Amino acid sequence: MHKISILLITLLFSATSLFAKQIEVCATCEIKTIKEAISLADDGDEIIIKAGIYKEHGVILIDKSVKITGIDFPVIDGENKETILSVRADNFSISGLKIINVGQSYTKDFAGILVSRSNHFTIENNILEEVFFGILIEKSHNGIVRNNTVSGSGMNQAGSGNGVHMWHSSKMKVSNNTVFGLRDGIYFEFVKHSEIFDNISYENLRYGLHFMFSNNNEYHDNIFTNNGAGVAVMFSKFVKMKNNQFIDNWGSASYGLLLKEIYDAEIEDNLFSENTIGISVDGSTRINYKRNTFLRNGWAIKIVGACYENDFSKNNFLHNAIDLSYNSKINTNTFNNNYWSDYTGYDLDKDGVGDVPYRPVKLFSYIVHKTPETIVLLRSLFVDIINFSEKVSPVFTPDNLLDNNPLMQRTDDTN
Amino acid sequence: MFKILKYSFYDLMRSRWSYVYFAFYLALGFVLLFLNNDINKAIITLLNIIIVLTPLIGTIFGVMYFYNSKEFTELLLAQPIKRSTIFLGQYLGISISLTLSLVLGLGIPFLIYGLFESSAIFDFGLLLVVGSFLNFIFVALAFNVALSNVNKIKGFGYAILMWLFLAVIYDGLFLISLIVFNEYPLDKYSLFATMFNPIDLSRILILLKLDISALLGYTGAVFKKFFGTNFGLFVSLFVMVLWVVFPVWRINRKLRKKDF
Repeated sequence: MHKISILLITLLFSATSLFAKQIEVCATCEIKTIKEAISLADDGDEIIIKAGIYKEHGVILIDKSVKITGIDFPVIDGENKETILSVRADNFSISGLKIINVGQSYTKDFAGILVSRSNHFTIENNILEEVFFGILIEKSHNGIVRNNTVSGSGMNQAGSGNGVHMWHSSKMKVSNNTVFGLRDGIYFEFVKHSEIFDNISYENLRYGLHFMFSNNNEYHDNIFTNNGAGVAVMFSKFVKMKNNQFIDNWGSASYGLLLKEIYDAEIEDNLFSENTIGISVDGSTRINYKRNTFLRNGWAIKIVGACYENDFSKNNFLHNAIDLSYNSKINTNTFNNNYWSDYTGYDLDKDGVGDVPYRPVKLFSYIVHKTPETIVLLRSLFVDIINFSEKVSPVFTPDNLLDNNPLMQRTDDTN
Repeated sequence: MFKILKYSFYDLMRSRWSYVYFAFYLALGFVLLFLNNDINKAIITLLNIIIVLTPLIGTIFGVMYFYNSKEFTELLLAQPIKRSTIFLGQYLGISISLTLSLVLGLGIPFLIYGLFESSAIFDFGLLLVVGSFLNFIFVALAFNVALSNVNKIKGFGYAILMWLFLAVIYDGLFLISLIVFNEYPLDKYSLFATMFNPIDLSRILILLKLDISALLGYTGAVFKKFFGTNFGLFVSLFVMVLWVVFPVWRINRKLRKKDF
């Protein structure tokens, strides 16, 4: 009985593979355009596009579970007209294509690949160049977007789109993509239970990664460098951010990571290096910051307002101009067991924990918060003197904002 | 003038203080680079030291030398030499010997640690230029103070007060004014205010070169726009030159009327 069922299944599979046909597209083939191939294809077919240049746009794939495979990166040139490839289907895959020249518009979101209302799909190993929007996914679920390279040459924010843009989707996996030269590298809005990992996003006009109203997501092992304003995570709950690198977001309105209205997030093992502001936090509550390294930022952490019950532990604060900027006198956030390179205390019992608490908020950072112009006095002797006097007897800064157990050595981390 | 310059210079060399000063910078440079091999970081630390210490040493040396060599100066005044020649010679003698101590003392360790292979060479150069300017400025200011006060103790007191004012009190007043006039646009004002203090001017010049500019936010943008360009650099170096020229001119003026 068991053997028969196995036999049946193998038969069934071989039968489907028998029925599934391969449609080849090339300049000298019977079928010369992708549009034609798609119109001929049935569920389960594979369309193989051979190397060549295909000047096509407005290609639409609806309700067909087709596998589109490019061989040696066939170029699909949209000639700057409109969306190049639109898909509304389940169980499809798109791989190995080189899609270039997506049309630019101020009213419509033209994309290299537009996926809507689709389930269980894979978009991988594609190269998208000179795009407006790269891969735009809406109202779709269980998709995988990986190993794609998306780039644009946006000059201003209004005239450029996002690399990987997702809207109202869930259970997506975005991994190993390289995204640059766009407005936002990766954009999530109303996306749930998704994962973003091993991506590299750099030199985008606005954000490397932009998160809005997207709960229960995780992003890890991504690298965000040299973006216009860094990474923004806004209005989301239960977000996990681990092992990411936020590097070199340097400019008068730049930060490594912007948190706005974030609740119950975990921020662990990240590296924030040489950003104007490492993390700018606004109205975010119950966040655990653990084992992050803040290296040579202007401000390591700038808390703008209404942030309660956050926990900072085991972080490294190394050579930042200002470690922490805090604006109110009320503090319910806890700092414990961090390493501060500015710490000047001692450790008599040699247990690795300093015997004197550390005050991360300097008087100068308080003043700068009130009057931003005073930053021109940075590194002045006078500032050192007032910082010292405030350290001895805190008047302006919250007196319970201190790290009672500052570490003497930086915590072990791989960064 | 060169003869007098030479005399003052050798006099300082003989008095060993130049050597002590030189040795201090040498040790400082080596220790800094030994503690962290990163030349860029060492330059930031050096900045803090240079903008505080160079003016202080310049002031003290200037005043001390003036009062100590008073008898020799009076002897020279009896000779048929122009007053301005005597004092300018002395002034340049001190300034140059101090500057040499600074440049050599810091230059040698940085050269050994591979300054030329580092991208920081321009920043370091600017740091030395600014340090040298501060030497010239503060020695000149100290001479001014000393010329105006016959009483040694008073002169010393005023000179130290002058240093304290420019290094600390000025910034305090500046800070208070910024806080008080918070409601007004302050970027032009703060640009202006830094020009009036050579220590602030040097600090800002180096900070902007060290890429901290983005930190400065909106004010920083105004500063960067001004100091970041070659034009701004020239203007600020020109202001530094004015800071040297004006006190020296005042020394000359004072000399003409002074009764020794």
